[in-house]
Amino acid sequence: MSIWFVFTALLLVPGGLYFAGRGRAVALAQGEVASLHSKQEYHGAYLLIWGSAPALGVAILWLLFAGIFTDYLVAGQLGSEFSTLNAEQRATVLQTAQALLYGSAFGEATPLVQTASERYRDSYSLVNSAFAGLGTVALVLGALSGWRQISPRLRARQFVETAALWLLMAASGVAILTTFGIVFSLVFETWQFFKFVSLSDFLFGTQWSPQSAFEGAGAAATDARNAQIFGAVPVFAGTLLISAIAILVAAPVGLMAAIYLSDYAPKKARVVAKPVMELLAGIPTVVYGFFAALTVAPFFRRSGEAFGLTVSSESALAAGIILGVMIIPFVSSLSDDVISAVPESLRDGSAALGATRSETIRKVVLPAALPGIVSALMLAISRAIGETMIVVMAAGLAANLTINPLEAVTTVTVQIVTLLTGDSAFDSAKTLSAFALALVLFLVTLSLNIIALRVVKKYQEQYD
Amino acid sequence: MTDFFDSPANKSSLHTGMEARERLRARYRAEWMFKALGLGAIGVSVGFLLFLFTTIFMQGWPAFTHNFVALPLELNAQTLGDEGVISEESLSGADYDAIVRTAIREQFPEVSGRTAKRTLSGLISPGAPVLLREALLADPERRNAPNAITLPLSDFADLYLKGQISRSTYRTGEGELAIEVSETGVLISGADLAAGLESSGADGKISLSREMPSLLLYAGGGVFKLETLEGNLATARILSPLDAGETTKALDWQVRLIEVPEANRKFSDREIVWTDKLVERQLVQAKFNTLFFTRGASREPEMAGILGAVVGTALTLVVTLGLSFPLGVAAAVYLEEFAPRNRLTALVEVNINNLAAVPSIVFGLLGLAVFLTFFGMPRSAPLVGGMVLALMTLPTIIIASRAALRAVPPSIREAALGIGASKMQVVVHHVLPLAMPGILTGTIIGMAQALGETAPLLMIGMVAFVVDIPGGFTDPATVLPVQIFMWADFPEPAFQQRTSAAIMVLLAFLVVMNALAVVLRKQFERRW
Repeated sequence: MSIWFVFTALLLVPGGLYFAGRGRAVALAQGEVASLHSKQEYHGAYLLIWGSAPALGVAILWLLFAGIFTDYLVAGQLGSEFSTLNAEQRATVLQTAQALLYGSAFGEATPLVQTASERYRDSYSLVNSAFAGLGTVALVLGALSGWRQISPRLRARQFVETAALWLLMAASGVAILTTFGIVFSLVFETWQFFKFVSLSDFLFGTQWSPQSAFEGAGAAATDARNAQIFGAVPVFAGTLLISAIAILVAAPVGLMAAIYLSDYAPKKARVVAKPVMELLAGIPTVVYGFFAALTVAPFFRRSGEAFGLTVSSESALAAGIILGVMIIPFVSSLSDDVISAVPESLRDGSAALGATRSETIRKVVLPAALPGIVSALMLAISRAIGETMIVVMAAGLAANLTINPLEAVTTVTVQIVTLLTGDSAFDSAKTLSAFALALVLFLVTLSLNIIALRVVKKYQEQYD
Repeated sequence: MTDFFDSPANKSSLHTGMEARERLRARYRAEWMFKALGLGAIGVSVGFLLFLFTTIFMQGWPAFTHNFVALPLELNAQTLGDEGVISEESLSGADYDAIVRTAIREQFPEVSGRTAKRTLSGLISPGAPVLLREALLADPERRNAPNAITLPLSDFADLYLKGQISRSTYRTGEGELAIEVSETGVLISGADLAAGLESSGADGKISLSREMPSLLLYAGGGVFKLETLEGNLATARILSPLDAGETTKALDWQVRLIEVPEANRKFSDREIVWTDKLVERQLVQAKFNTLFFTRGASREPEMAGILGAVVGTALTLVVTLGLSFPLGVAAAVYLEEFAPRNRLTALVEVNINNLAAVPSIVFGLLGLAVFLTFFGMPRSAPLVGGMVLALMTLPTIIIASRAALRAVPPSIREAALGIGASKMQVVVHHVLPLAMPGILTGTIIGMAQALGETAPLLMIGMVAFVVDIPGGFTDPATVLPVQIFMWADFPEPAFQQRTSAAIMVLLAFLVVMNALAVVLRKQFERRW
């Protein structure tokens, strides 16, 4: 069944239902649509909802349970050779068989896997056609029942509006669902990870080299060593170092730019400078990363050589500075908002006392805007910590515990990317450690955001 | 009162004395400094932007043209046919490698030896046979005009012709040169070839090793690479043979200095001479690089194109738009127009604001753990990529749509309610159409974000090396930013150029989208 068939069906069936309902309402009113309680369009929508809602329910069931049913069916057909395996091996056989079916398996397949793969093909079509049949039945039954309910007195509009409201509510629920999905998947995988490695080893260990994690037979003998290589302190330290460099670049430049734009710049300059800042914010991070890795980092290395310094070609300095440039517009637009929000009367009062503009800004405007600026900087830090592409391309892979910005350090996001690209198996401590790092990242950025909002709420003076 | 300020009592006052003036000057200086700092901050940002754009542009621009060569290819029944008969089948199975190889070797019949021959064939892109095959299969009649078929040169030959391998300087010689070709090598005498060269050995003898700049002598129709120099005598190696005989006297000669030593470049002196010969014979033409826009990924820089990535991006963004626009608008409408003010809606609002600040890579992990592992969706597919990006852009769209809905004045709603419209009718018939320009602007900005996003797509396997142009939502695909990321890792200089060129294409898309958003805002947004 091609995807285009599905698309056409998804267009034709609801369209047909809509026009059928509309037509029936008009027919029942014998052409006098004014005698209908609700306009005929609502009757069309009424039938559309009655027909498609049950079918949609079946589709959701299919999405959730088709895989489980198929696994169950296949497992039942494979016989004793399969049932003597332990649970883990069974899961592996089923997974490989599915991969084989989709043509994405590597290496030779065992006979068992081959049979399982064939069974999968049959079972898939069986389960899918069963669900398709069920869906059709639900569609027909629902549509029939809706069809019979249509009458001139039917309060179709109220029904349709309530359904629409539910739809709107469900849409706003997606945001909650997303958050739930993020938290659930991160926590679940992290939980798995802490079965291999203890929390204290992870949070306080100083050696990070999960790529050398030893898996497979004999891993038990080296367990002690294995747990020792998941110490995330160097990764956190590297992230902090690069973010610190970034904020050292972005805070003064962004803040001064915001001050200039809000208090000094003539209108014409604002018109030019603001879009430039927005342009800086709109450049994809992969472009910054390319620029950092191929232009800025070699430049630093060469200048370092000129002064007799060894600068790593993946130095924290290059990555940090470009990261800083990336968040300049972020700092400047947020600070611009809070600086502009300081009432003009404060500036006028200061000017009346004989203060120069800069004195007004430094001694009156900035203290008044301080909570907002602090929160802007915190948001910028959270942005810097979570930024991925610049550091993936320009920062290092090896976890060095150092505060020397000329050396290569690694960051949380770099580690997540390196640990998870090109790897789909989820059962090793190596890949699971990425989820533990991601959970830390998520929690840190989340708390930075919440604290930033709190700071503004609590300390921002209200002027009216 | 008029002489109040001039009265001697005030001369030394706190506010008018010399010290006070000095203080005032210092304050003004501080004022000036502060303003300069502000202007400097803007200058730094603008300067960086200009620097970034010029770097990318300078690097990427050459990649939009490529040098192609039109060789007299042997396209006849013997090379293309199956036992002399040309058919569709024989055309698709013919040995195009051999055809291209023969054609280039015929240009340089003097080249002998396996390595030399292989280097010679290497001047033409390894993808040339594929292109030739495609061209003939598309239009078999083209075999009658073999000179009209142009094949791409290899990446290094192309870079050389664009002047990016090394700088050369020429010096026209004076006097007569005698060139003797013998079994052991070439002996050149008659003029001081080393004139102008700075370093000469203690005994006046210079050996030119591979680590030194190359000196090429052009004389009598041949090209020689100088190996040792001593006064008026020089030994050399033949790169291209003399027009006539083994010994000749030349009055017209030139010495060419290639600054980058042969050991430091991937394009040898020999290849330089061959390429020059092809240009001399007017076989080479620089053309717009259509390959870059019509092909998918490839290991050969000259064969690598962005079409696969562009199609992948389009498919991904279709999914993203199809999901995030209806969901985002629906959520915004609910929260702004219908939701009761209670804890649950407050929770949803906090949620949305926090989601907007979640690092994008976390969305990638969500896609990996939930869509790929839990639901078993295909890896590297635009469908999954689009879903992940949709979740990521959802907060942006919701926030922008809510702002647009809030901007519609309450009087509109009240008027509609007043003439008997239901709440839903008010929203659908009146508020939403009025808010639509603002909503669309927010959506375009969200889409622009999604277009530039890379990190979450790495997590769901869209880094795959996809040669074919993806044909559907579940085919393995990659997107433009990820393609840029992958190319940036390749060491070949030609790939660096293509990366920059791809960035230019990406930025062009972004500029168009943002311009669209601005136009939309300017044209349709109403202020009440």
